[in-house]
Amino acid sequence: MTKRIEARFEKCRAEGRAALVTYIMAGDPDPETSLQILQQLPKAGADIVEFGLPFTDPMADGPSIQAAGLRALKVGQDTIKTLELVRRFRAEDADTPVILMGYFNPIYVYGVDRFLTDAKAAGVDGLIVVDLPPEEDDELCLPALKAGLAFIRLATPTTDDQRLPTVLANTAGFVYYVSITGITGAATPDFGKVATAVERIKRHTPLPVVVGFGVKNGAHAAAVAKGADGVVVGTALIDALKGTLDAEGRATSRTVDAVTTLVKDLSEGVRSVAKRAAA
Amino acid sequence: MTAQAQPNSFRTGPDERGHFGMFGGRFVAETLMPLILDLEKAYNEAKADPAFHAEMASMMTHYIGRPSPLYFAERMTEHLREVSMAAGLSGGAKVYFKREELNHTGAHKVNNVLGQILLARRMGKKRIIAETGAGQHGVATATLCARYGLECIVYMGAVDVERQKPNVFRMNMLGAKVVPVQSGTKTLKDAMNEALRDWVTNVADTFYCIGTVAGPHPYPAMVRDFQCVIGNETREQMQQAEGRLPDSLIACVGGGSNAIGLFHPFLDDRGVEIYGVEAAGHGLDKLHAASLTGGRPGVLHGNRTYLLMNEDGQIQDAHSISAGLDYPGIGPEHSWLHDVGRVNYISATDQEALDAFQLCSRLEGILPALESSHALAKVIELAPKKPKDHLMVVNISGRGDKDVPQIADILGVKL
Repeated sequence: MTKRIEARFEKCRAEGRAALVTYIMAGDPDPETSLQILQQLPKAGADIVEFGLPFTDPMADGPSIQAAGLRALKVGQDTIKTLELVRRFRAEDADTPVILMGYFNPIYVYGVDRFLTDAKAAGVDGLIVVDLPPEEDDELCLPALKAGLAFIRLATPTTDDQRLPTVLANTAGFVYYVSITGITGAATPDFGKVATAVERIKRHTPLPVVVGFGVKNGAHAAAVAKGADGVVVGTALIDALKGTLDAEGRATSRTVDAVTTLVKDLSEGVRSVAKRAAA
Repeated sequence: MTAQAQPNSFRTGPDERGHFGMFGGRFVAETLMPLILDLEKAYNEAKADPAFHAEMASMMTHYIGRPSPLYFAERMTEHLREVSMAAGLSGGAKVYFKREELNHTGAHKVNNVLGQILLARRMGKKRIIAETGAGQHGVATATLCARYGLECIVYMGAVDVERQKPNVFRMNMLGAKVVPVQSGTKTLKDAMNEALRDWVTNVADTFYCIGTVAGPHPYPAMVRDFQCVIGNETREQMQQAEGRLPDSLIACVGGGSNAIGLFHPFLDDRGVEIYGVEAAGHGLDKLHAASLTGGRPGVLHGNRTYLLMNEDGQIQDAHSISAGLDYPGIGPEHSWLHDVGRVNYISATDQEALDAFQLCSRLEGILPALESSHALAKVIELAPKKPKDHLMVVNISGRGDKDVPQIADILGVKL
């Protein structure tokens, strides 16, 4: 259910701060290392973890996440193995929400009903599927909501006020505002405009609104945290991971630490901004 | 897939959500969804505007050089009748070529590009992006952008940039910027990914001119409509030449725009046999690009269609001697026509296409594109089995000049 997500946002509100949402790719650079990182993320300050489902053709992702997906596929990562990693994570962490993020084809090929059953059993809380707009809600969104998984929607600068109700109609958990028009890891946006955009979305939904795209360090995270309920960081973590790999793209003794060190910095950034408890 | 119940008409799709049966749809990121809805609205308005059609018609005649001839391929016909005789059949269909290779820029691609560029102008878009495989769609887009003074950026897989150098140079001469795509497998599918990434980034001023009947709705329907000039002309020309409709149609299928353009106006003429020819590459049990024959339904590049992929839904490399057919998917309407059984989808290998290229060059004095050579390969196979009064039309979708360096290389000739 979406209970873990609600509880986690409730906890952040009680602490008077925004949530930190982190993204890493399942199986990058190998399954065990990605699981170790996933397990360390909450300890380093992540409130919600997004786990990427690798796909050969990620049409909304920049070079860093594309490369991460290909590294994972190269070592044989697939949907079955990703769900197994989530199950192992969940066995040791009963509270941190896990969101799977990816593209529809691997889920479609796995079989929607079977995927929802297996994802729920593994301990997944929500899904972000980039290439499923509200116009395709029959495909996965409505079955996911019925199965008790949050279907988290992306809102973008091109989603105008007229369209927002459509985008927010069948959703749960939280809303992910993509702060720029562009691919992941692209230019850093004007964080000053984030609060205005979040206010606009909040006029249409009671759900928490988290903001991503372009957040690279603690200072950025603090800037976004001022105007949003949560901050999402992905590409920066993947770049930190990639910087530690050996010439063959394998993990080294520094890989897990490089990611958790950056997450600690991001966490401090988020926690440096005091927010009024409960609106 | 088994044949589903046959509809009353095969020409009514897609539905308002862009579906041809279970295929098609709008599987795109939210950033692009409002743009696609805008495009659909603008296209529907243009379709209803006589001024749009008048401008299209004028440019078709004076700039592209339409109508393209429907040519009786007399020596090819004679040759295949001899083959038929040798096999003890004494048949051999009368073979006609629909000469799309005579269009300005050398292929059918320009029909669609003209429509989309005129639409982009109506929408006030000044920056045009396109993906290209063999380079024919890129050249056509660069050409019309030059003609109308629009900025043009063409995404092309780095592998294709290497094997289609003449077309890269042509695009540069026309003022377009060609961006070699280094991601993924560095071929057409990756060029399309990169074009979509550009569009997600440059939403305000950019028009994405897709080169085939794929992508999110309304592209498959819109591109088909622009290509239907091929089949509409063929109907009229065959009536004039023979006083009746053809008995069979044959075209190559990558994404499938030249094929759907020829087929669509005949879909409800049930007596007309229709054959789409996919690229079987090294053979269907080896590396190939035959999505319908060797693939399964999946979701890629904005639509549900047959795809080459592994058990986990990861897209696999396609292979064909012809860069224009080297794509792991196919237009959604073809997937539907395959499932309902209206069109027979067959395949030709690299070697069969190469043989057909050489035979056509020597018998007819026409160098067909390697893509179109796949269709010709099946004419060579099917025509001898048909009676002499059987009228067979094959779409010569492009000219082979662009392939000359590659073919010389394969034949071991140094230019």
